[in-house]
Amino acid sequence: MAEQTLREWLLTDTPTSRRHAKLSALYQGWLSFRSNTMAMIGLGILVALVLIAVAAPILSPHDPFVQDLGNRLLPLGTEGHVFGTDSLGRDILSRLIYGARITLYIVALVALIAPVVGLLVGTVSGYAGGWIDVVLMRITDIFLAFPRLVLALAFVAALGAGIENAVLAISLTAWPPYARIARAETLTIRSSDYIAAIRLQGAGALRIITRHIWPLCISSLIVRVTLDMAGIILAAAGLGFLGLGAQPPSPEWGAMISEGRRFILDHWWVATMPGLAIFTVSLAFNLLGDGLRDVLDPKAGE
Amino acid sequence: MNMLEIDNLNVWFGRARDRVDAVKDATFTVGEGESFGLVGESGSGKSTILRAITGLVPTWSGEIKVRQDPVPKKRPKSFFKSVQMVFQDPYASLHPRHSVDQVLGETLFLHGFREIDARVVKLLDDVGLGQKFRFRYPHQLSGGQRQRVAIARALAPEPKLLLLDEPTSALDVSVQAEILNLLADLRQEHKLTYLMVSHDLSVVGHMCDRLAVMKDGEIVEVMDVAALYAMKAVHPYAQHLLQASV
Repeated sequence: MAEQTLREWLLTDTPTSRRHAKLSALYQGWLSFRSNTMAMIGLGILVALVLIAVAAPILSPHDPFVQDLGNRLLPLGTEGHVFGTDSLGRDILSRLIYGARITLYIVALVALIAPVVGLLVGTVSGYAGGWIDVVLMRITDIFLAFPRLVLALAFVAALGAGIENAVLAISLTAWPPYARIARAETLTIRSSDYIAAIRLQGAGALRIITRHIWPLCISSLIVRVTLDMAGIILAAAGLGFLGLGAQPPSPEWGAMISEGRRFILDHWWVATMPGLAIFTVSLAFNLLGDGLRDVLDPKAGE
Repeated sequence: MNMLEIDNLNVWFGRARDRVDAVKDATFTVGEGESFGLVGESGSGKSTILRAITGLVPTWSGEIKVRQDPVPKKRPKSFFKSVQMVFQDPYASLHPRHSVDQVLGETLFLHGFREIDARVVKLLDDVGLGQKFRFRYPHQLSGGQRQRVAIARALAPEPKLLLLDEPTSALDVSVQAEILNLLADLRQEHKLTYLMVSHDLSVVGHMCDRLAVMKDGEIVEVMDVAALYAMKAVHPYAQHLLQASV
């Protein structure tokens, strides 16, 4: 009974306070997101990933770093090693579980840096126009002109090897597309009547960009970020493979694949298991991105 | 005293070869408390005049005076306290992510008002929207309700001159009448001066005291509403327009 009234309170057409209106809008977004089965599957996988990463020491059956050369390259389903062992006899399942932490770390760091830089550059460029636009967009072009991995390689070489620097390098190379999207959105928004209306109230450029343009750009950026996450995880793996990302003992999924590559014909599971993990997480991000696009697109609001 | 004086206003878009002269040597005055209409076909430069007055179109020359004060190229904040505008399409003039409360609250905040809560309540009452609309988002409102919110936003700084850019053309006929009556009531109540753009002569006839007929960016005739009803236009185009709208 109480739940019923809460639901009604949240779905009301006549909110009674600011907080009520916000909560009501959130709840309606959640309802439309929940009706999208595929997006819920994606969200479920990602929630599971977070839980696994948090509970890694409890969940993993073995220490991911302990080597056991007597039991190297055990096949799937071996007693005590469900996913088998790798070339140094380390339990693949435990390494995958600990690898979830690294994956989340990469995802979080990139998601914090690249879209924020892109949003800033794109909206300022799009709103200001004129020579500011020209300068910022030409800088963006320069970043876009390099192949992403090569540019990241150069950055890592300059900053030093390691997962943090690899992520930083990836972020630095990942922001230009976000800047382009944000600029394109800004160009359509800035000439709209509601921006003209707020300009007629004497609002400055800073207020218009942060309060009026950002909220409308962020939804498409979030969608784009979730869709890009797969590529970002792979790029981090690629850098790891080149010896510039995650360093050897660390159970980063991409590094695990490149390690297993040597035995891929005889011992396929060593490379396949982390590959499946990357595949699953990437898919989850893609599904989530699709679902978020349906919810966040303001034009879709009835 | 004249509320608004427009003298040899020219507005253009583009540069050099691509230049389009949208308004050519427009001259007219609007007295204090008067309601002045601008009529003409689509593309005749009516709305452009409003946008030039508010500074939304920066490429203009000539003189614009509000209460005898020449308006500088960069509009000061005080300008927006006395001149406000209502846009044509209420579906495009409200931020899709801002609730009615946010729209009005931010406007009041920008104009330095205090007691924002009480003022938001009063504005909503003024435009005939109840409190239940206060926390709604634009997509929860009908076209007429949105236009009322837009009118409330324009009234928030307590302006003297309201520029109306075809405020009813995007609405249903029955809602049009409501909005026009609301505007007429508000004008009396707040002693406002209106400059209203429309392509609908009956709307202008209902709302305005005098009107200017525009064609191809030029004002071809200024007349009062009595002449409109008597169909006594001098310029052939104005005459043609009156004939067509009977």
